[in-house]
Amino acid sequence: MTNIFFEVLRPGINSTFQDLGRRHLYHVGLPFSGAMDQRNFLISNCLVGNKQDEAALEFAYQGPLLKVKNDNILFAITGNVNFTIKKKTSEIVNGECYKTYLLNKDDELDIISTNQSVYGYLAVSGGFKVEKFMGSYSTTTRAGVGGNNGNKILVNQKIYINNSKGILKNKQINFLNSKIEFIRILKGTNFDYFSENSIQKFFSEEFTVTKLTDRMGMRLKGPMLENKKETNIRSEGLIKGVIQVPADGNPIIMLSDHGTIGGYPKIGAIISADYDKLVQLPPSSKIKFKLVDLNEAEKLFKFYKMETDNLLNQIR
Amino acid sequence: MIKNISNLGDAALYCDFGNEINKEINTNVISFFKTIQEQNIKGITNLAPSYNKLIISFDLDLINFLELKKEISKIKVLKTSESNIKSVKIPICCEDEFALDMERLKKKLNLSKNEILNNYLNKEYFCYMTGFIAGMPFLGDIDKKLHLNRLETPRVKVPKGSVGITEQFCNIYTFESPGGWNIIGNTPIKVFDKLNQEQLTAISPGDKVIFYQISKEKYLSLND
Repeated sequence: MTNIFFEVLRPGINSTFQDLGRRHLYHVGLPFSGAMDQRNFLISNCLVGNKQDEAALEFAYQGPLLKVKNDNILFAITGNVNFTIKKKTSEIVNGECYKTYLLNKDDELDIISTNQSVYGYLAVSGGFKVEKFMGSYSTTTRAGVGGNNGNKILVNQKIYINNSKGILKNKQINFLNSKIEFIRILKGTNFDYFSENSIQKFFSEEFTVTKLTDRMGMRLKGPMLENKKETNIRSEGLIKGVIQVPADGNPIIMLSDHGTIGGYPKIGAIISADYDKLVQLPPSSKIKFKLVDLNEAEKLFKFYKMETDNLLNQIR
Repeated sequence: MIKNISNLGDAALYCDFGNEINKEINTNVISFFKTIQEQNIKGITNLAPSYNKLIISFDLDLINFLELKKEISKIKVLKTSESNIKSVKIPICCEDEFALDMERLKKKLNLSKNEILNNYLNKEYFCYMTGFIAGMPFLGDIDKKLHLNRLETPRVKVPKGSVGITEQFCNIYTFESPGGWNIIGNTPIKVFDKLNQEQLTAISPGDKVIFYQISKEKYLSLND
């Protein structure tokens, strides 16, 4: 078997291997992790003919610059991403997302930036050769577990790729990451801790995504949410998408790498159908929240799931 | 046992066992958590037990809130046998360079360093839960004389291995992390060990934990 690999000339800001996430470890303090934008992750693997739980390389804002060391590597990038392929003939190809390309020895793949979004995904046919931890490739950097020995990818390291099993086939799909007008939420378990006036503002005014946002959480700035009952609760479990409000009145949304226990009141929780779109909002984006009930949230998830399956079926 | 089950978001059950924090309620939570773990119920993806709550995450593609609530309501809890409970001894070094908040503790509690350590060390604590960061145990209850609030301004970085106290609880920072607990010492042992996949954490909810003091020399020899 040949050693197929990329050499990392620039790692990007936060490039980690991710998959569908890791289950059954909340009770020891490990979150799900996994690809932030699950739909784009699934499409990336599908385009290159991989199984849906193969590891993809997730990058944020600025992606990596990779030098190709072998011939015939089929890849696809998903999200809203600017990237180029510098052929060794010095020809430069402007890349398009949702389309496969073939790389040859000494080509360079330059993932320049995500465009009005945060996360993008790179999948290669055959998948990356990374180690699983407790059933998942997902890297949780805070606990040092998962792909790449629990680390972000680093400059000068090699990224190994599995031999592709099938016939390399170019594929493409038309897909537009639509913007969302509202982020829909369900009431949290401490919804009634907040004053009527604050609740009214919560659903009528805009919040801004701040720079204090990463895979663990998203801090928002907006109208101050006044807690009329108790600004601390007894520490308890959290899930991704929960909106906690500390004493300063500014909401924090728990994201895929969140701490598993928290002690701030929960005003709400993002519905599953809107999570992919939420995480793609870069700092200074505006958010408006809309309240839905459980029944509606479940219907919206079914619709989200159906849309995703339709996209994947178009590729297959 | 469970007083109420509500939804947290659209893919989790929030099981409420009450508002107080005590060993009895927490033992109920842990027994319930262990019973569900053994039953392998379709669709459950994660369980997060805490002092008096249990959050059950599920795959919305396979099951929904009402269906799972029905399943959970049917569960009969087996009493956890004492044989599942471990007794864990944790060495800590309380030299000045590790006991970052000893001065604050002495001043605020009006006790000498010796009095503080005598009240803290070699006593059996109960593990209420683990989490926040991987493997961090929340232990209690410490002697009333040692009860103190968190730091007014939390540290941006608490060193890995630090042992902290606040209110009636103590914990171990299994990784470097931000945090506001009063640091009384540091343990050289790996409480979270990713290479030990049979038992990732040395301390699990329900376990008994005793801290004993070691010298700096011993600390350095154990710290690999």
